[in-house]
Amino acid sequence: MHEMGIALQIVEIASASIPAELENVRVVRVNLKVGKLAAIVPDSLRFCFDIAVKDTPLADAELVIEELPVLARCKACRAEWIISDPVFTCEQCNSGSLEILSGRELDIESIEIAEEDGNDSK
Amino acid sequence: MILNDGLKIQRCHYHHEEFHKPRPGQSNRIAPAGERQAGTREIKVVRRVLDVNAKMAEQNRRMFAAQGVYVLNVMSSPGSGKTTTLEKTLARIMPEIKCAVIVGDICTTHDADRLAISGAPVVQVNTDEFGGDCHLAAHVIEKAASNLELGGVDLLIVENVGNLVCPAEFDIGEDARVVVLSVTEGEDKPVKYPLMFRQCDAALLNKIDLLPYLDYDKQKAIAYIHQVHPDMPVFEISAKTQDGFDPWIEWIRDRVGQKSSLP
Repeated sequence: MHEMGIALQIVEIASASIPAELENVRVVRVNLKVGKLAAIVPDSLRFCFDIAVKDTPLADAELVIEELPVLARCKACRAEWIISDPVFTCEQCNSGSLEILSGRELDIESIEIAEEDGNDSK
Repeated sequence: MILNDGLKIQRCHYHHEEFHKPRPGQSNRIAPAGERQAGTREIKVVRRVLDVNAKMAEQNRRMFAAQGVYVLNVMSSPGSGKTTTLEKTLARIMPEIKCAVIVGDICTTHDADRLAISGAPVVQVNTDEFGGDCHLAAHVIEKAASNLELGGVDLLIVENVGNLVCPAEFDIGEDARVVVLSVTEGEDKPVKYPLMFRQCDAALLNKIDLLPYLDYDKQKAIAYIHQVHPDMPVFEISAKTQDGFDPWIEWIRDRVGQKSSLP
C-alpha cells in the first residue's frame, strides 16, 4: 500500500549513489533485496518504480528484486531454518524465542550504470 | 485475470513508447543475480531504503527519552475499536498518568474530537496532506510532537492509521507497539498479517462482550497470535463494558512507570 513512497525513496537513494564525477550517466539497473516478511508487494513496487523514475537518471532503469526467505535461528537450541508458513516456533525444540536472521530486508544492494559516449543514445 | 493481463500489456507498451528502449531480457523481470549487461558497471550501495525513516525514528526516540515520555504506538485494522479503547483507557489512567495523543487518519478529525474529551492534548494528523499515506512515518510524528507541549507528559499515545500492513513497517521512535483486534474479525488475522503481530509487544482482543452472539473461536485466535509471536501478552477486553481492563491498565502503568518519574 505504501509502495509509491518506497519507490520514491529508492530513486532518491540510487540517484544520490551515482558518483559525482561522472556526467551523463544513466542507471540501467537497481538491485534490491526484499525480505519475505517486508510489507512489500514486488509487482506493485515495480509498477510504482516505473512511474517514479520518470525525468531522473533512472528513467531507463530496471528494478531487479531479489526476494529473501525468512531465516530464523532458535535462541535455545541454535537450530536454523526457513520459515515458510507463519509459525514462529522452533521446529526442533518448540521454543518461541527466535532470532530473525533475514526476511525483514528492504535494501538497495547496488546500481548498474552505463556511461553515455554517444554510440548508444536515442 | 483478464483485467490484470490487460493492465500489464498497457504498462509495457507505455514503457517502450514513452521512455524506454526495449532491452534484452526485459520480459524476464527477475534477472539472475550477478548477470550484468555489457558496458555497464556496478556501484555498491548497500543502504536500507527506509534509512531516512529509521534515522528520524532514532531522533524521535532520543527526544522522547530526554523528556521522559513513554510512547505507545497503537495499531489495528479499521473498525476494531481502537478509538473507543483509547477513550476508555484515557479515562482510567488520566488523572494519575499525564497523557498526550497523536491520531493518524487519512481524513477527518472525528477520532481526535472524541479523544480530546478526555482532556489530553490531541494532535490530529491527516495523512492526505502527505499523499494519503496508509501509515504514520517518523517525520510525521516529529512534526506532530512539536505541536504538543510534552513537558510533564508521561505517556504519548499514537493512534496509527487503521491498517494491519504498512504501519508495521515504519518505526516512529516508540517504546512499545500494541495491536488491537476484535472478535468481529476473522480468527486468522494474526497469520494473515504476521509482520504486524511479530512487531507488536502486546495484543488487545476487543469486543469480547459480543462473544455470546458470535461463532468466534477465541482460543483459536489466541493460538494464532502465539503461533506468530509466542509469549506475547493478549488482553481480552471490551472497550464498551470495560471488562478485562484491569490487566491492560496495569501493563501500561508498569511500562510508563519504568520510564517516567511516576510515583
